[in-house]
Amino acid sequence: MSGSTRRGIHFSRLYSFSCFRSNFRDEHSQIGQKGYSRIVYCNDPDNPEQVMLRYRSNYVSTTKYTAVNFIPKSLFEQFRRVANIYFLVVACVSFSPLAPYTAYSILAPLVAVIGATMAKEAVEDWRRRKQDVEANNRKVKVYDKNHTFKETRWKKLRVGDLVKVYKDEYFPADLLLLSSSYEDGICYVETTNLDGETNLKVKHSLDITSPLHDVNAFHQFKAVIKCEDPNEDLYSFIGTLSYEGQQYPLSLQQILVRDSKLRNTEFIYGVVVFTGHDTKVMQNSTDPPSKRSKIERRMDKIIYVLFSMLILVAFVGSFFFGINTKKDNENGKLKRWYLRPDDPTIFYDPKRSELAAFFHFLTALMLYGYLIPISLYVSIELVKVLQSIFINHDQDMYYEETDKPARARTSNLNEELGQVDTILSDKTGTLTCNSMEFVKCSIAGVAYGRGVTEVEKALAKRKGDISDNMQRSGDDDVDLGRSVKGFNFKDERIMSGRWVYEPQSEMIQKFFRVLALCHTAIPEVNEETGEIAYEAESPDEAAFVIAARELGFEFFERSQTSISLHELDHESGRKIDRSYTLLHVLEFSSARKRMSVIVRNVENQLMLLCKGADSVMFEKLSKDARNYEAITRDHIKKYSEAGLRTLVVAYRELSEEEFKSWEEEFLKAQTSVSGDRDSLVDEAADKIEKDLILLGATAVEDKLQKGVPECIAKLAKAGIKIWVITGDKMETAINIGYACSLLREDMKQIVITLDSQEINELEKHGDKEAVSKASSASITNQIREGKSQLTSSKGSSISFGLIIDGKSLSFALSKDMEDSFLDLAISCTSVICCRSTPKQKALVTRLVKKGTGKTTLAIGDGANDVGMLQEADIGVGISGVEGMQAAMSSDFAIAQFRFLERLLLVHGHWCYRRISMMICYFFYKNIAFGFTLFWFEAHASFSGQSAYNDWYMSFYNVFFTSLPVIALGVFDQDVSARHCLKYPILYQEGLHNILFSWPRILGWIFNGIISSMIIFFFTTNSILLQAFRKDGHVVDFEVLGVMMYTCVVWTVNCQMALSINYFTWIQHFFIWGSIAFWYAFLVMYGAVSPTVSTTAYRVLVEACAPSPFYWFGTALVVVSTLLPYFLYRAFQTEFRPMIHDVIQKRLGRAKMMDCGKDELSDGDLLVGR
Amino acid sequence: MNSSTPSSSAGGPGSADPTGPRRSSKRPKYSRFTQQELPACKPILTPKWVISTFLLISFIFIPIGLASLFASRDVVEIVHGYETDCIPEGSRNDKVGFIQSSLDKTCNRTLRVPKEMKQPIYVYYELDNFYQNHRRYVRSRSDHQLRSPTSEHNIGDCGPEGATSNRTHIVPCGLIAWSLFNDTYGFTRNNQQLNINKRDISWKSDRDRKFGRNVYPKNFQNGMLIGGGRLNSSIPLSEQEDLIVWMRTAALPNFRKLYGKIEVDLQAGEIINVTLQNNYNTYSFKGKKKLVLSTTSWLGGKNSFLGIAYLTVGGMSFFLAMVFVVIYLIKPRQLGDPSYLSWNRNPGGR
Repeated sequence: MSGSTRRGIHFSRLYSFSCFRSNFRDEHSQIGQKGYSRIVYCNDPDNPEQVMLRYRSNYVSTTKYTAVNFIPKSLFEQFRRVANIYFLVVACVSFSPLAPYTAYSILAPLVAVIGATMAKEAVEDWRRRKQDVEANNRKVKVYDKNHTFKETRWKKLRVGDLVKVYKDEYFPADLLLLSSSYEDGICYVETTNLDGETNLKVKHSLDITSPLHDVNAFHQFKAVIKCEDPNEDLYSFIGTLSYEGQQYPLSLQQILVRDSKLRNTEFIYGVVVFTGHDTKVMQNSTDPPSKRSKIERRMDKIIYVLFSMLILVAFVGSFFFGINTKKDNENGKLKRWYLRPDDPTIFYDPKRSELAAFFHFLTALMLYGYLIPISLYVSIELVKVLQSIFINHDQDMYYEETDKPARARTSNLNEELGQVDTILSDKTGTLTCNSMEFVKCSIAGVAYGRGVTEVEKALAKRKGDISDNMQRSGDDDVDLGRSVKGFNFKDERIMSGRWVYEPQSEMIQKFFRVLALCHTAIPEVNEETGEIAYEAESPDEAAFVIAARELGFEFFERSQTSISLHELDHESGRKIDRSYTLLHVLEFSSARKRMSVIVRNVENQLMLLCKGADSVMFEKLSKDARNYEAITRDHIKKYSEAGLRTLVVAYRELSEEEFKSWEEEFLKAQTSVSGDRDSLVDEAADKIEKDLILLGATAVEDKLQKGVPECIAKLAKAGIKIWVITGDKMETAINIGYACSLLREDMKQIVITLDSQEINELEKHGDKEAVSKASSASITNQIREGKSQLTSSKGSSISFGLIIDGKSLSFALSKDMEDSFLDLAISCTSVICCRSTPKQKALVTRLVKKGTGKTTLAIGDGANDVGMLQEADIGVGISGVEGMQAAMSSDFAIAQFRFLERLLLVHGHWCYRRISMMICYFFYKNIAFGFTLFWFEAHASFSGQSAYNDWYMSFYNVFFTSLPVIALGVFDQDVSARHCLKYPILYQEGLHNILFSWPRILGWIFNGIISSMIIFFFTTNSILLQAFRKDGHVVDFEVLGVMMYTCVVWTVNCQMALSINYFTWIQHFFIWGSIAFWYAFLVMYGAVSPTVSTTAYRVLVEACAPSPFYWFGTALVVVSTLLPYFLYRAFQTEFRPMIHDVIQKRLGRAKMMDCGKDELSDGDLLVGR
Repeated sequence: MNSSTPSSSAGGPGSADPTGPRRSSKRPKYSRFTQQELPACKPILTPKWVISTFLLISFIFIPIGLASLFASRDVVEIVHGYETDCIPEGSRNDKVGFIQSSLDKTCNRTLRVPKEMKQPIYVYYELDNFYQNHRRYVRSRSDHQLRSPTSEHNIGDCGPEGATSNRTHIVPCGLIAWSLFNDTYGFTRNNQQLNINKRDISWKSDRDRKFGRNVYPKNFQNGMLIGGGRLNSSIPLSEQEDLIVWMRTAALPNFRKLYGKIEVDLQAGEIINVTLQNNYNTYSFKGKKKLVLSTTSWLGGKNSFLGIAYLTVGGMSFFLAMVFVVIYLIKPRQLGDPSYLSWNRNPGGR
């Protein structure tokens, strides 16, 4: 809309530094060699040589499967689970006469399990495919043979194609910028999807190509690009352009990266350099990995253990079977003649007893298959889905403002949430709202601004005083009503034009004038409302301009040479337009840490307006204009303690002569062609930025999201370490570190950076090898130093914060250094990595994950965090403003960082607890059951006869025991959500993996074996021979089976009742219902024709139920089986209580056992003891 | 420590919905179920609960144990092993040879009634080391065939005893039927025959549904190798109660099976003469044979295991209850004392 007004502005003049101008550097000599071999024939994709190169097409696929490989690949994935292979083998063998029971009872559950999981995979992949299709079919205009631009789908783009991209469109591939709607070939790019930064970046075409504006010009356009091979480095590009016989160096300045967006520029022309998976974005994205939780991986190990157990048991069985069989027919003497050993089958042949034993081994593997619970996987999947539904429905994780509830996008990782050791967090948009707000300023030694920052609030809370000031500021919010984005400044002394009455009004005027003039922002006037919005390079800058506007210095127009303000006139108090002639812009750079403009006002006064970091600005002040220095420094200190970003504002009046002589020198430096041109320009700028007069300081808050400091504090209390990995500048990152209480004043900082004199010097010389060598040495040194600092302070209470920048990080992450770096990092309380690329984020995540072996959680909101989210054990996406990329590739999506607290401490804790209990219990119940079979075998000469009817067995895991476990997995809670949050220490149970430690698992397995022994031996001994009813009937095979099975069903269900902590009607229903169902089943099954029910025919009704012995026997066995566990629990809660025991006790004492109510008042709790 | 954590309890059922007119809001609906706030009972193992549970168990179990013991004590049981004694002295070196021979196997034993036995007195035979639960054995039967004459050909897993050598089906087929127990017992008291009632010694459901009224034995024990007893082929299977009892296989290798009932009281000290036919070969596998006469109580036969186990568990519970009482009295440390937590000393490692 306002593009036309800006047309013709020569930004090359505005940006007076050479940042756009590319020079040939050493790297360029590598072109054509290995790693730099790509050749692009611009505007000539059909060139046979181009075709010969066979570069990849622009078609992008991020799916895991294709239609063809879905079945084999997903089956393969399925059978990576050991248990599934076992069940497959069993299912195959079950059709042979070896099977101890019917084939269908084995096959059906396997098909169900595999089918369900594959369906889930298919649905998930289908969603990804839909996204791909959408991206591949987007339209872009491509220059075709008929010399016109024609719409084409993205996927049809080829390397060398000439494309035209319009405003607010995404770039379809990595492009070389040829020209834009601006004459000098600049364009603005938004890279939110790449690095999460919302500010616009300027790209600049080569001067030689920028005149290529109209369609006809391209008719003749032919050029060749030689450049680096596809790589993932977003921040470098090396190439040359051969055009009209000349070679021109290309740098990142000319490259438009796929997935970034064209902004503020009507259109651009570009040449496709990298396509599809060769693009930098795609190179940065790693394959979506299928994640599995630690518990599940350990579960596999348990299954191995059970396998060994199974094989051992089967082997023992077949060994004895072989011996017994062999003895049956020795030298023609038939021992157990009733088995007819003289006329055997292969499965029972005394003459070939080894073979019989082998076949028996196979049978036994199937018979004891109950040791390995197939339904475990199904149940876990089901439970996890239900758990995710709870997560999705949690009202306390719903964010009203964006209308977004929490989303568990995969259900695989619920329990992993309860074991997070390290959180790796993005900063912008994750911890902060990603909006800068002008909150305070200090002008001429007077501090203005009554806003209270998050950090101050946290500070005050820690100290425990809630002063009137804060109370009032809370009220102000309500009073003011109108809120301006980027402006949170409240001070009645200078608002609404009242600054005129302040004693230092002149200084105030100058101060805001600097803010209104010293920037590179562009105003956008909304034609309808007359409101002005600003496009700024950084949100800070926007905040300044907005602040100036709100205080009456409204910047409304920028032309190539002037800046115009609506200004409140000092004397008259009226608004007048003032225009300033813009003479020079001395750009901000990280080395200079300041920016200045030189303007001439209407009174023909020459002024240098300057703002910059306090570290450099105070040196530049004039000797005799330091009136407010001390007090301003004091204010700045206070501001930064409050987590604000500060800048010092100063100005200087220039005389004509001085300016003239300086300008000459400056222009000379600017136009010089020597290698050290940059430093010449710097020096020249330095010469005029001196003798400044201090005006004051600004304080801007990158507003933290609500509740972030509290959330971080709570997570820290739970024992979770938090790393911040951000693409931001170091200063910003540190400030935020303070703001969200990651860094504290009493912490020692260890800063690792390559921003040293020596390295910079070397870089200027451009000797790449020397630089990397020196850098590497320097990093090693710094790490060693940091470590020695740590060791020297051991024992004292000083904690350390590690801050490292991206460049250093790339060295620290190298093979030989990463261990020592990790060592250092994990002994620091907080770690902040700044200026890191998406790849680095992922690498750091991997380092932590692999290095510590603990669970990592990555949280981020931008597409730049995708790699990290996928690399981490758990990826949490913030479904915020910055698009949905992060949320789409995350495992959990939440709307606000603070919901992480509830997600981890409540849902994570619960899910961890539930799943680990559930798995332990599952093993318990199957072992308790499976081993009764084994004991029975031992009394049936290991012949492979199961003690129970086939269908009792098949239903064991389906009807009689599964529902209570599922209820446990879905509903159990040790303490209520409120108390989970109140006692973050509970989280340690997951962190140290207490509930799923090997002793505990083996304990449960042992308990299972004990239970099976008690069940079998008590049952058999009590009814060994004698009649079990008054009418003299003795116990036979059928009755013993029913009796043992009854005991098993009772025992495992009562065991469940003993081990859960939370009895709602659902648990009652399932547990007692399962037992009741067993009897109901017996009655029903026993009532059908004996050909179907075989051994179960009327067994309960006729044989067991009328016998008091049956009931008394059951009661005895069940109670004695549960007694060991009960005793263990009683002693354990008394003498070695776990955290939840203690907390339950405290809650319990506060409120004596009272079923039906679960709420407690806080008072009760704290008084507790 | 902070109060800004979302308080889940604040909202009653009503608090969620009035959030506004926004129909399309994705706000999750409130229900105690979805918010996981269902009313629940949370059992906690306080010492009080532990002690009362143990006491409760002991108070219930000890009386039951005593009752069972008394019941078992009231049962009178005569057990008489005869597998060796019924082999003539001369043949004891080759018991298998003797049993397989066609010599006369009649054997006379005397039993002394130790205590008064009220009728009905159940007569059992007890075998030992006989694997009726062997998989090959258990499967070697055809329920179809036993039930109906039309399924005669359905010999299922009957294995070597499915059909005769000239391919006619055997009814009842299979190893179980083939190895039918065939020792017989006759009892006399004071030279007077004691009647043995052999009706209703099998389960009624077996007679009615599993063994057909019109299925008659066919080709039974006609093969080369004779297993156990023969069957009268003019009596339908449903009335061959010895077979029905035998075919209800035993669970363990040591088992008793009902042989019949004596329906007169026996007085203490009475001598009973048993005339038995020692036909069945348990000598090949060194199995023992016993004749058992037993009365029953409300709990069944004589076995003190149940009573003793009840008493033991009850007693142990009482003991444990006492242990906990002592612990509780001596060291009344409060549970929930935070000092129990090792983590407390080093909260969160920070």
